[in-house]
Order: sequence, then structure tokens, then C-alpha cells
Amino acid sequence: MADYNEIISAFKNKPGGIIEAFHAIQKEYSYIPEEAVVAAADAFDMSKARAYGVATFYSYLKVGKRGKNVIRICESAPCHVAGADKVVAALEKELGIKMGETTGDGKFTLEFTECVGQCQATPVITINSVPYGDVTAEKVGEILAAYK
Amino acid sequence: MAQEMRIVLRNYGKIDPLKIEDYIGVGGYQSLAKAKGMGQSAVIDEVRKSNLRGRGGAGFNAGMKWGFSYNTPADQKYVVCNADEGEPGTYKDRIIMQNDPHTLLEGMAICGYAIGATKGFIYCRGEYPYVVDVLNTAIDQAKASGVLGDFDIEVRMGAGAYVCGEETALIESIEGHRGEPRFKPPFPGVAGLWGKPTVVNNVETFANVPVILEKGAEWFSSIGAAKYPGTKVFTLTGDVVNKTFFELPTDVTIRDVVFGMGGGVKDGKKLKAVQIGGTSGGFIPESLLDTQVDFDSMSAIGATLGSGAVFVMDEDTDLVDVIDRITKFFEHESCGKCAPCREGTKRMHEIVSKVNKGLATADDIALSERLGKVMTRACLCGLGQAAPAPLLTTLSHFRPEFNAKLG
Ligand SMILES: Cc1cc2nc3c(=O)[nH]c(=O)nc-3n(C[C@H](O)[C@H](O)[C@H](O)COP(=O)(O)O)c2cc1C
Ligand code: FES
Repeated sequence: MADYNEIISAFKNKPGGIIEAFHAIQKEYSYIPEEAVVAAADAFDMSKARAYGVATFYSYLKVGKRGKNVIRICESAPCHVAGADKVVAALEKELGIKMGETTGDGKFTLEFTECVGQCQATPVITINSVPYGDVTAEKVGEILAAYK
Repeated sequence: MAQEMRIVLRNYGKIDPLKIEDYIGVGGYQSLAKAKGMGQSAVIDEVRKSNLRGRGGAGFNAGMKWGFSYNTPADQKYVVCNADEGEPGTYKDRIIMQNDPHTLLEGMAICGYAIGATKGFIYCRGEYPYVVDVLNTAIDQAKASGVLGDFDIEVRMGAGAYVCGEETALIESIEGHRGEPRFKPPFPGVAGLWGKPTVVNNVETFANVPVILEKGAEWFSSIGAAKYPGTKVFTLTGDVVNKTFFELPTDVTIRDVVFGMGGGVKDGKKLKAVQIGGTSGGFIPESLLDTQVDFDSMSAIGATLGSGAVFVMDEDTDLVDVIDRITKFFEHESCGKCAPCREGTKRMHEIVSKVNKGLATADDIALSERLGKVMTRACLCGLGQAAPAPLLTTLSHFRPEFNAKLG
């Protein structure tokens, strides 16, 4: 895994590049380690509080450890009326965790998201940002199999 | 019956979006060359006369906006494309970018030439990493072939904050800050990104520009509604037969969109309501379906055209439950900078949840209505100002649904 210090230094000279740096770190780690926020504050010449403020403002970014595969379920109104709750129930059952939790082996995290712009196929989930549409409780096992 | 008319999606399915040769083969980048032959102010005049109005929601005349930046002297100016597309139920900008990225780049480059900017940014939502890849491929090809001249374009990613669709919050985010909206004025056209004159336009707005330069302002302004000419891309969701996207002239009615193109309500059910413009749009009852979809006709019935998302709800839909969900969205997405929005969205969700659980009284509903009216006027940005619209419009058109749930 690329060291976050290396990633940060690649963006250091980009004006306003701290968010791009956070994206690149998260792509590598699936989250942003706390220490990486401190390192970014240093590289972009701002206080730790400010860097932390930026990282935690954005719901797509996650500071602190989470699972290797991040499953997000869209709960915006079009997905909501299309039965997102049934997909949530199926995922919770399949993985044995509740929304917001990570499996014991660190492989999966379940999170809610707002609309991910794939609304032609509600309800929608994403796994590591790859969208899956028209998801039903029955399809959940099959979709997850590819990540197990 | 309404017919599709493809202007921004003119190349959809006809070219390989990942090949610049294909775009050039259908006349691509000729409008940019033409613009450079016309002179800056003539380009701005042409766009102004076409009466192309912003497709991101506010409906401002694009040429006029460009004029503000053109007329503000500065050592550096910027062109920013708003590809944040956060309005739930909307995916039209994604369709444009995935299928014809060069039309966006060309539209931005024309704007850059017109206002005197050499740098452009596309702020694309973080949920679209696969779109970012398409854009970067297109930018690399455009740079390698030299078509953009001295105009540079860079993609920056959003990170899951709906408020960053608001143009000044978006600018803050490109600068690497929390996406909190600025006080206006000054408007971005005069003092935007890093304090410099900045044009912010939506993807669909830019995608219209090359065609307007090619075919002329007169041609464009004669299409669709006189005051909001051209086409609009609609994305249909919910209980509708054809859950897909359509590009239609702006003089079609809501009925044309839902029952014509959309094929009507699924499973032979009756319609209860339509919400247009995304989650911040007003709820529209059956009796208003013959309203034209253009910006001004929609405003006149207390609704919005917004992003062009069309959310169809059948007779079985529990509207109070939907509004509960929507008010939760706004509580989550409020950035917290101004008190009326930070506190208001939270309390509004609290009250609607109480109604949804059957625990509220008529006084609670009256309070939420008053709160909504205050937020509409007192919130700093469009997020808080529009947040009460779904609740207030359902209360005016569907109040019995709320009364039926009172404890
Ligand atoms: C909360 C909020 C969210 C917005 N989201 C978007 C968006 O996702 N895309 C967009 O183009 N405009 C959005 N806007 C409108 C922008 O502020 C701005 O008016 C628009 O980008 C201008 O471009 P246009 O004139 O081409 O429409 C949003 C506004 C608000 C208040
Ligand atoms: S509403 Fe769920 S993906 Fe758009």
C-alpha cells in the first residue's frame, strides 16, 4: 500500500489540493487514517483543526478505520419508495451487522448515502463506488459473492 | 404528443465518447474555431440573444453572466463547470458527460475565450469516479490534439456534500475548504474562485453552447418556450412506466412528460403527485399537470423546473413518509453556517417525523408551516430557502394526508 505521505506530497503544490489528496488516500486505504489528516495539515500549511474540519465536512470521506469494501445504500426519496429498506434488511442479515457497522473480519462496512445518480435503476447500492441497480433482497447474496 | 428533440444529447449513441476523432468527425470543435473568429463580445452577444438560461436550477441568462466576467478586469479569470449533480433523482449531467464529454469541454473553452479565461475547472461529484475517468481521457486527448489552444481544464472531485452544488460553496470546495456558501454579493462573476472573476455554469448549459454558436441565436431562441428556450433533459423516477431520461423542448407540459414520454403510472395505478426539480422541488397534484415545464410557468404554480428530475408517486404513496425522508435529507445536508437552516432543518424533520409516527397535533403542523415560511426568507443560501418547499407544497395540495395521521 502506498504511504499516505507520498500521496500527500503528490498533491502538495496543487492550490486547494487537500481534498484531492484525501480522495487519493481513501482510494488506497478505503478510509483516511487520523495521522494522514495531521500530515495533510502540515503539507498544506494549515492548522490540524482546519484540516480535520475539511475532512469531516464531506460525507464521502471517512476519517478513521472502516472495512475494506464499503457498501453504501441510497436512501434518497426515489430509492426509498422503491424499497431501499428491504435491501438494507437483506444486507444486514447477509453480513450479520447493522447499518454503520463493520464485519469482524474487516471486510465489509455498511453505510447509508444520499442519491448516487443512478436513479434509472432504483433501489441502488454502491460497493467501493461501483453502482449496482435494481437491487432486490434476492440479488444481495450474488452481488456480495464477488467481494468475499 | 411530445417528441424528443436532442440538442445537448445530439451525439448520444452516435459517437464513441472516448475518441476525440469521432467528435471532430461530427463537426466538433468547429464552434470554438468559429467563436475565435467572431471576437469576444460578439460571442457573448450571441449567447445572450439565444436566451440560453442556466440549466442548473436558477435559470439565469448565460450570456449576461458571461458579460459580468468579461467586463471585470483581472489578471486571471476562471470558467467553472458545476457537475456536482447532487439533487436526488437527477443523473442528466452524468449522461451528457459519459456520452459526449467533448461537447462540455468545447462549451467551456468557448466561454473561456469569450470572457478571457485560460483556466477551467470541472467540479464533478465524488460519487462519479467513473465519469471523472471519462473526463480526464477527453481532456488528455483535447490537449494532445491542440484543439483547446491555451485553455486548460482540470477536474476536481466533490466529496458527498449536496450544498457544494451551490456555486459559492463549490468555489470554497475547489479552494480546499469546507463547502460553506459565501455571502452574495459579490457574485462569482465578479469575485469568485480565489477572488477572481469566475463563470459558474451547469454541464447542460455548457453543452448547449457549441450548438448555439453553430446554428445561431435565432435558431435556438425559436425552440420551446419563448422565455426559456431550447430543450431540457428530464430524468424520470418513481412509479412511472419508462424510468429513463428524455430531452424535450421546454414548451411541453408536465402531463406530456409523465404520461406521454413517461408512459404514465406503473401497474395501471392512478397518479397521486409529481415532484419536479429534485428533492427541493414542490409537489404537484394531478390538477396542475397541464402546466408547461419551462422555468417561469413552473414558478407560477409554486413549483420549480430545477434539475429536471421528475419523481412520480402513485395513489398508494404515503406522502407524509416521503416528506419525512426528504426533511431528513435536508437536516443531513445543511452545512450549519446559518442558524435558520441549521436549526430549522433539524426541527422540521423532528416535527414531520412526529406526524409520520402518529404523535403530532394540529399545532405541530401549524408550527412547521410557520417555520417553513421563516426559513424560506431567512436562510443564507438556496439550500435552506428551498428546503421547506416539499413540505409547504404538500400541505397546500395534500393536507388531508397530514390530518389523517394526527394523534
Ligand atoms: C443547495 C444547492 C444545490 C445546487 N446544486 C446544483 C447542482 O448540483 N448542479 C448545478 O449545476 N447547480 C446547482 N445549484 C445551482 C448553482 O448554485 C448555480 O446556480 C448553477 O451552477 C449556475 O449554473 P447555470 O446558470 O448554468 O444553471 C445548486 C444550488 C443550491 C442552492
Ligand atoms: S435516488 Fe437513489 S440513486 Fe438516485
